[in-house]
Amino acid sequence: MSMTGVIKNLLLIAIVIALIVIPLFTQKDAEFGGADGEAKQAITEIDADYNPWFSPLIEPKSGEIESLLFSLQAAIGSGILFYGLGHMMGRKKKEEAAKQ
Amino acid sequence: MLMFILLPQAAWAMHIMEGFLPPGWCISWGVLTIPFVLAGVFSIQKTINEHPRAKMLLAMVGAFAFVLSALKIPSVTGSCSHPTGVGLGAILFGPTAMTVLGLIVLLFQAVLLAHGGITTLGANTFSMAVVGPLVSFATYKIVQQAKGPQWLAIFLAAALGDLLTYVMTSIQLALAFPAETGGFMVSLAKFMGIFAVTQIPLAISEGILTVLVFNAIAAYGKDELQDLKVLSKEA
Repeated sequence: MSMTGVIKNLLLIAIVIALIVIPLFTQKDAEFGGADGEAKQAITEIDADYNPWFSPLIEPKSGEIESLLFSLQAAIGSGILFYGLGHMMGRKKKEEAAKQ
Repeated sequence: MLMFILLPQAAWAMHIMEGFLPPGWCISWGVLTIPFVLAGVFSIQKTINEHPRAKMLLAMVGAFAFVLSALKIPSVTGSCSHPTGVGLGAILFGPTAMTVLGLIVLLFQAVLLAHGGITTLGANTFSMAVVGPLVSFATYKIVQQAKGPQWLAIFLAAALGDLLTYVMTSIQLALAFPAETGGFMVSLAKFMGIFAVTQIPLAISEGILTVLVFNAIAAYGKDELQDLKVLSKEA
């Protein structure tokens, strides 16, 4: 990758980080719960009598276990993604070496 | 108050929670989603038969959706939501292929993580894996037609697909829960305020991340992208 390409990518990543970090400072008192928790509240406001008619079959026993499963999901995903990318990089290098 | 103690603490999820959509709506959205799933299965089969080496790329776009939908990110509204990651696959493999992959992601989260739900799977698949990819695919084609630069086409496709997923979620909830006074529109405004506004910065992030990953794939996997006609031969 060229130098300008690297700088461009780093800038783009910086923008993503800024988008994530800025709310933490502008919304100091917020709880940062899930948007769905608020949706649940909104449903109760609209229809106070509504009762969920089905509950999840298995639920993570605690927040820790839940975050374990979420990080596992992200880990599996990025594992596959970068295995594929690495495979492609290696193949390209080999092709270029064969050309010379 | 007792209700909140007795009810199991629902996990934070950004899709419609288990049990929170009346049965009639669950069935309707499920039925509406089925043809897209079937079309997706055929579309994936056809792609793999014609271009066996695209298999790796298919796994990669599925994995990308897997990663992004696991990341719960804080937003300007003071609550959290997560991106969907389906835009990339919709651009590369077409919208219905992503219906199948999105369904797998949602099923994983519904069964293992109590996220979204099995009863709401149809509705959630419709928003995240039917509407999202369709919007992404259409946006990409429109920007290309208009001779816009490729990075812009990818950025807008991923960001709008992400955003419209949650607009669709808001519509689904507003249809099922119209306000007593004002009906559908009042409810829609309420749910949009929760889901769609939260999603705006996340949609921008997803757009940028999708451009980064696409560029990486384009740099090393030109052959596959030419197979899929995403990049032209001479490029």
